[in-house]
Amino acid sequence: MSPWLLVGVIVVSTTIGDLLQSREMKRHGEIHNLHPSRWGGIVAGLARRRNLILAVFFMAVSFFAFLTLLSKTDLSFAVPATAASYVVETALAKYVLKERVSPQRWLGAWLVAAGVALLAL
Amino acid sequence: MDSGAARLRVKTLAASLVVVLANVSGNFLMGWGLKHGAPLSASPLSYLRVLFDPFVAGGIALLVLWLLSRMALLSWADLSFVLPVTASGYVLNAALGYLMLGEYVSPLRWAGTVLIVLGTMLVGVTSPRTTS
Repeated sequence: MSPWLLVGVIVVSTTIGDLLQSREMKRHGEIHNLHPSRWGGIVAGLARRRNLILAVFFMAVSFFAFLTLLSKTDLSFAVPATAASYVVETALAKYVLKERVSPQRWLGAWLVAAGVALLAL
Repeated sequence: MDSGAARLRVKTLAASLVVVLANVSGNFLMGWGLKHGAPLSASPLSYLRVLFDPFVAGGIALLVLWLLSRMALLSWADLSFVLPVTASGYVLNAALGYLMLGEYVSPLRWAGTVLIVLGTMLVGVTSPRTTS
């Protein structure tokens, strides 16, 4: 599989996984205590959420595609090239998750996307 | 800024730092393990062998920490906030690739890191949560 096809798989699966994860975590409610002794309980609670399992599945697809990409290209190419989804994810956060994306936040997202594009050159 | 908003900001920035450091160190260990360990082929056995490489396994452990801390962060902060703010990890990734893995980082890539830092700072000063 060509590196750019792998990048496509990673971007699509990461976007779907992020949207599902963000929506489901908001439904779950704020996690207050991040002490390692609480992780078991937190994971057990999260594991009962179907959409979160689906999000982790898409992240796993992204992970194994990323592992394959890392074996074919440099780390300094693989990591930034897979971040092409910043602007798309910001737009989907606005329209799907109903977040208020201010012009400042849009500019920040575009700068990050441009920076990532430069990193991939 | 009231105390609730200040507390939210401090908590968000602390969690973002954990997310970034776990991700960068996890990716670095995986990159190191894949470069210096057994070569990866199309065979599923090859993937299993690579997963038991100490560096790759350490990288995976750190990426599990990244996943949990990111889920916690997303339980209160916007996705459109979390994505650009945690992108600061790309800068550290480029620096680690250059310093530890001997990868070439061109002036354009360094310019890219500056843009990412600017974007991260712009988003970082906005309110982490805009939904109820």
